[in-house]
Amino acid sequence: MNGEAPPLIEVRGLRKYFGSGNAPIRAVDGVSFAIREGETLGLVGESGSGKSTIGRLLIRLVDPTDGEIRLQGRDIARISQRQMRPLRSRMQIIFQDPYASLNPRMRIRQILGEALDTHGLAKGKARRQARIAELLDLVGLSPEYAERYPHEFSGGQRQRIGVARALAVEPGFIVADEPLSALDVSIQAQVVNLLSDLKERLGLTMLFISHDLDVIEFLCDRVIVLYLGRIMEIAPTGILYRQPRHPYTRALLAASPTPDPTQRPENRPLLAGDIPSPADPPSGCVFRTRCPRAQPACGETIPPLTEVAPDHWNACPRVSEDSGQMTEDGKGGARDDFDTITQGTSS
Amino acid sequence: MEQLTYVLKRLFARRIVLIAAVTLLLIVALSIFFPFISSVDPNGISVMERLKAPSAEHWAGTDELGRDLTMRIVWGGRYSIMIGIATALFSVIAGTALGLLAGFFRRLDAPVMRVIDAMMSFPDILLGISLVSILGASLWNVVLALSVVYTPRVARVVRASTLVIRELLFVDAARALGVSTARILYAHILPNLLSPVLVQFTFIFAYAILAEAGLSFLGVGVPPEIPTWGTMIASSLQYADMAFWTIVFPGIAIILTALSLQIVGDGVRDMLDPKLRKSA
Repeated sequence: MNGEAPPLIEVRGLRKYFGSGNAPIRAVDGVSFAIREGETLGLVGESGSGKSTIGRLLIRLVDPTDGEIRLQGRDIARISQRQMRPLRSRMQIIFQDPYASLNPRMRIRQILGEALDTHGLAKGKARRQARIAELLDLVGLSPEYAERYPHEFSGGQRQRIGVARALAVEPGFIVADEPLSALDVSIQAQVVNLLSDLKERLGLTMLFISHDLDVIEFLCDRVIVLYLGRIMEIAPTGILYRQPRHPYTRALLAASPTPDPTQRPENRPLLAGDIPSPADPPSGCVFRTRCPRAQPACGETIPPLTEVAPDHWNACPRVSEDSGQMTEDGKGGARDDFDTITQGTSS
Repeated sequence: MEQLTYVLKRLFARRIVLIAAVTLLLIVALSIFFPFISSVDPNGISVMERLKAPSAEHWAGTDELGRDLTMRIVWGGRYSIMIGIATALFSVIAGTALGLLAGFFRRLDAPVMRVIDAMMSFPDILLGISLVSILGASLWNVVLALSVVYTPRVARVVRASTLVIRELLFVDAARALGVSTARILYAHILPNLLSPVLVQFTFIFAYAILAEAGLSFLGVGVPPEIPTWGTMIASSLQYADMAFWTIVFPGIAIILTALSLQIVGDGVRDMLDPKLRKSA
C-alpha cells in the first residue's frame, strides 16, 4: 500500500449519538480514519461496537451528530440529502441481510433499473437491457434472471443481486456491511471470492465491515479495531494479525476459531462479560472494564491513538511501554506474548 | 399467470372460503345481470297481490304494495353492493393516503393519528347517523358518511405496516441510491401495503352493507324509494307480524353477503399472514 496516495474518504472526529437527554446511546464516539484510493479497509468489532453505524454514516444513511466526512476533500457530513443525491453514484452499500434488502414486489430488472434510472445511466431500452445483463453477468448470474422476483433466489444469489445493484451506478467506493453474516458458510466463500475479484477488476475502494477475522485477513489491506464506538487499533492487516498491540485486538484474535481446537494455547486471553452499555460507557479507556491489563490510571483520561510504528496506531499506552517484548513470528507468537503478559498481571 | 393460480390454490385451500367466494360471485352476478334478463318490473305495483306469502309465482312473496320480493332483493342488491364497494374503495384510498403519510413522515404522525383516534372514539353507527343528518339523506351521502367512518380503520392498519416497511433494508438501499422520497413511497412502500389493504377492503365492504342497512332501518340512510336491502327491511317493519317474509328474505340476503365477505376476508388474511398459515 502506497502511503502517499491521497485518501478517498477522510473521517475526523465522527460522532453519532442516538436519542437525546442525559444518556444518549453513543454508537460512534469520536472516530477518525482515512480510506485510501483502491484500498480495502476492514472494520472489526463485537456486536454493538458501532461498525454498521460508521458504514451508514459514511454514505449518509444516518446523519452524524458531529465530525467531518470528507469525500475527496469535500465535507459531506452536513450537506442536504438533495446535495447528496448526485454524490450517491460514487458511494454505495451492500447490506447484511439479502432477504430484506431486495423489494419483494420488484423484478430483478426493476431493482437494477431503478439504480440506473436514478442516476440517468444506460438510457434507452436496448442499452438498459444490455447493461442489466452485463451487471448480472458481472456477479455471476444468468441474464435471464432479470425477469424473476427476489423470492425465487437463494440467499447467496440475492446477495449477488445486492452487489449488482450497488455496482450499477459505477461507484468508486463501497461499504460492505457484514455482507456474509446472513449466508451459509459454503456460500460465504463464493461471495468473498466475488468481492475480491470485483475489487481487482473494478479497482474498488471498500470499507469491509465484519466480525469474521479470517475474511478480514483475506480481503483487507488495513484493519480498524473498534470497541464501543472508539478505535482501539489501526494497522496494516499483516502487522495487526502478527503483532497486535492493543489488549482488545489480542483478545479478539485469541477468540477467533482455529481449525484444530486442541492446538489452541492454554492461556488464551478470553474476555469475560459483555460489552458495556454505550449509553453509559466507562470513563477513560472504554475497554478497561474487561481489559486484563487495566490499571487505575486507565479510568482517568481517554487514551489517544498514537502511531507506534509506521501506519500502525494503537490506543493502549500500557502495551506501547513494553512493546519491546513483541515477537515477530506470527499469530502464535503474539498469543504467547500475550500469555506472558496476562500471567504477569495475575501474579 | 403462474402466480395467480398459486395464489388461488392457497386461498381456496379451505373449502369454506371457496364456498363463500362462489356465493359472493353469484350474488354479485345476479345483482348486476338479472335485472337485464328478467322482464318482471321490481317497481310494478299490484294491489291485488299485496303481502302474498312465498309461492311458486312469487318465490319470496310480495311486499305491502304487491311488488315481487325476489325481484326487489336482486334489484336492491345492486344498490347495497354498490354502496359496499364504493365505501370500501373510498375509505381504502383515503385511509391509505393518511396512514402512509403518518407512518412515513414522523412529524405528521402525531397530528394525523390524534384526529384518527378522535374519530375512532365515536361508535361507528353514531358517527354515521350524525354525518348523514348533516349531509342529508341520499345514496351518495350515505357512501360519503360511511367512508368517513371507516377511513380511520384503514389509516391505522396502513400506518402500522408503513412503520415496519420503512425500516426494511430495501428502503435504505433505495435511499442510498438517491431515489426520491416520492418514488420510495409509491414504488417501495405502497406495493408492500397491498396485502393488509386488501384484507381491510373485504371487511369494510361487509361492514358498509351492514351499516347501510342499519342507517336505512333507522331512517337516516338511503331514501325509501331506492330499494336497498336496508330500506326494504325498514319499510316492511310495520307488516312484519303479518308478513314475516318481507323482513326475512332481505335479511337473509344481507347475512349471506356479509358472511361470505367476512369469510373471504379471513381467507385472504390467513393466506397473507405466514404466522396464521396452517402447514398443509
